[in-house]
Amino acid sequence: MYHYDEYDRRFLEERVAQYRDQVRRRLAGQLSEDEFRSLRLMNGLYLQLHAYMLRISIPYGTLSSAKLRGLAEVARRWDKGYGHFTTRQNIQFNWIHLEDTPDILVHLATVELHGIQTSGNSFRNITTDPFAGVAADEIDDPRPYCEIVRQWSALHPEFSFLPRKFKIAINAASEDRAAVKIHDLGLNLRRNAAGEIGFEVLVGGGLGRTPILAQTVRDFVPRRELLAYITACLRVYNQYGRRDNLFKSRIKILVQSLGIEKYRAEVEDEYAAMGAERDALALPDAAVAAMQAQFAPPAYREAANDDAELRRAQAAEPEFARWIERNTRPHKQAGHAIVIVSLKPLGRPTGDCSASQMETVAELADTLSFGEVRVTHDQNLVLPHVRKSALYDLWLRLGAADLATPNIGLASDIIACPGLDYCSLATARSIPVAQALSRHLAEREVAIGPLQIKISGCINACGHHHVGHIGILGLEKNGAESYQITVGGSDSARAALGGIVGPAVAADEVTATVDRLVDTYLRLRRDGERFPDTYRRVGLAPFKEALYVAR
Amino acid sequence: MTDRVLKLVTGNRLHDGTVVYFAGSGAWTPQIDDARLVEDKDGAALLAEAQAGSPPHPAVGPALIEAVRDGRRIVPLMLRERIRAFGPTVAYRGD
Repeated sequence: MYHYDEYDRRFLEERVAQYRDQVRRRLAGQLSEDEFRSLRLMNGLYLQLHAYMLRISIPYGTLSSAKLRGLAEVARRWDKGYGHFTTRQNIQFNWIHLEDTPDILVHLATVELHGIQTSGNSFRNITTDPFAGVAADEIDDPRPYCEIVRQWSALHPEFSFLPRKFKIAINAASEDRAAVKIHDLGLNLRRNAAGEIGFEVLVGGGLGRTPILAQTVRDFVPRRELLAYITACLRVYNQYGRRDNLFKSRIKILVQSLGIEKYRAEVEDEYAAMGAERDALALPDAAVAAMQAQFAPPAYREAANDDAELRRAQAAEPEFARWIERNTRPHKQAGHAIVIVSLKPLGRPTGDCSASQMETVAELADTLSFGEVRVTHDQNLVLPHVRKSALYDLWLRLGAADLATPNIGLASDIIACPGLDYCSLATARSIPVAQALSRHLAEREVAIGPLQIKISGCINACGHHHVGHIGILGLEKNGAESYQITVGGSDSARAALGGIVGPAVAADEVTATVDRLVDTYLRLRRDGERFPDTYRRVGLAPFKEALYVAR
Repeated sequence: MTDRVLKLVTGNRLHDGTVVYFAGSGAWTPQIDDARLVEDKDGAALLAEAQAGSPPHPAVGPALIEAVRDGRRIVPLMLRERIRAFGPTVAYRGD
C-alpha cells in the first residue's frame, strides 16, 4: 500500500490549517455561505437534508486496518456511529457538525485520508478492481498505476478548472470489475504480443441524465506513454468541453457531439504536438518499479492447496458452504482466498457499516488478511488475503457481527444510493425500495442465480441503475415517488445500458413489478444464461409484455 | 387536518447542520411544531424577516416551504420536507 512521504504529509497539514481558518471565519460571519461553499466542498463537506455530510476519498478502494479504524473513530466520535460506503469506493458520514470538521480532518490525516477532490469539477477518486493484486485472472496489479495517475491528477494545475467532474477507472483483469465503460476515462491494462504492458484508453462513458458507454480512443498505449497520452485526452476535453451548459459539460457529450473519430484525431494531433513534453511526462520503468514496490504482495506463508478440511466443514454446515460459494473468490496465491464481506444484511440500508463493524473488520484484517481491506463499487468490503484454513473461523466471527450474509452477486446484494432519506439532490427514496426488494427476493435468490439490482434516487445515477440487470430510477411525479424500471443493463466487460420496460410505477408497485420481470427471465433463460445474456437474446419485448399483461 | 396551505421558513443550523425552522423574533428551532406559520400572502415578509440580521446568520439557506396544520402539529406538504422534519424514514445501524 502506498504510504505518504514527507511532501504529502506537509501538504495535508497545510491544507487542514487553511481549512480550519476558513471554518473559523465562516462561524464568525466573515465568510458567507456563498463564499464558503466551494471551500468546504474542496474538502469533501456537503450540506445534505439533515446535516453536513463528509465524503472521504478511499484511493482505489484500498484501506489498511489503521485507516478503517480511523474511519470507525470518525463514525463513533463525530457521527451517529456509522458510515456509508459508496459506489465510488468512498465513504460518507451523514451527521457531521461543521464545527468539528477541522478536527476530523486532522484525525483523518494521521491515517493518510482526506476529503480532497471528492467534489467539484476535478478528478475524482480513481477506482479499480477490488480484487487488485490478488485476482486469479489479473494481468498485472492495477494499484501502482492507480497511484501514479492519482499523483499526476491530484491538484493538476492545468486541469484544476475542468468543465465538469472527471472519473477515471482502471481494470487489469480479463473480467471487468471496475466498470471502466461507465467512466469519463477508462483504462484497460493489457499485454501486447511482445509481452509489454500498456493500456487500452477509453473515453466518454458516464451515466446520469445521458447514459453513454465509453469508446476506445487507442487500443494500446505503452505504459511509458500513459501520462502523456491521457494528458492529450484531457487537453482536448479542457479546450472543447462545454462550460456554458451544466447538462452538456461532461466529456461524454463532447465525444458524442464530435464523434469518436474526430475526438481521436484531435487527441492524436495534440499528442503529436506535445513534442518534448511527452518526454517530460514519460513513465520510466524505474519509477513504475518503485511504485510497484509499495504494493508488493504480503509475505504469504506457504499454505497447502489442500481443500479437504474445507470441504469437510462445508459438508457439515450448509450455511458455511453457501457462504464459501457466494462470498469467496479464487486467489492467485495457493491456499488462499479472497473474502467478500457483505454489507447487505437483509432489510438493512445497503453499504452502511457501524463503527464496531468497521473495528471488527479491521481486527480480522490484522489477524487474517495482512492488515488489508478493500471497498467494492458494489458497496461491500473485501478481505483480500485469507488462508483457506482460516475461513471457517472468519465466517463465525463475521457472522457474529452480522457481516456474513451469503448473498454476494445475488438479488439481495443490491446497490442503492442514499436517496431522498439523506441526499439533497434525490427525487425519491432508494433505501426502502432496496429493503423491500431484498426481503422479498431473498427466499428464492439462490434459484434465481446472479442478479444485479441497482437503484438510484435521482437522474444523477449514483446507484448505477442504467447498468443494473434490473435498474430502478426514483423520480417525483405530481408530488409522489415513482420508479422507472429498466432491464438488461450490465457493467461487465460486455457493458450495456438497460431498456425501459414501461411507464414508471408507484413505490408500492416496485416489488411486484420486479417480481414479474424476474419470473419472465426465469421462464425465458436457457441453461447458464445470466440476465443480460437472456436480454440480449430475447430483447425488451417479452419483459414489456409481461408487465403490460399484468396491468 | 386543515387543507389550508400555509408557509414557514426552514434552513440548516450553521454550526452543525441540524434542520431548523424560523420561530419569529430572530429565533430558530429544531421543532417544526414551534415554527412560525403564516398565510401564503405573508410568506415573502416572513422570509425577509428570517433572512435579516447581521452575520453570522444562524441558519444556512433559509427557504419558504408549504405546510398544513394538523391539530397542534405542523406537517410539510412535500415529501422531501417531511423527511427533513421527521426522517430518515429508514432505521440506521449505528452503535
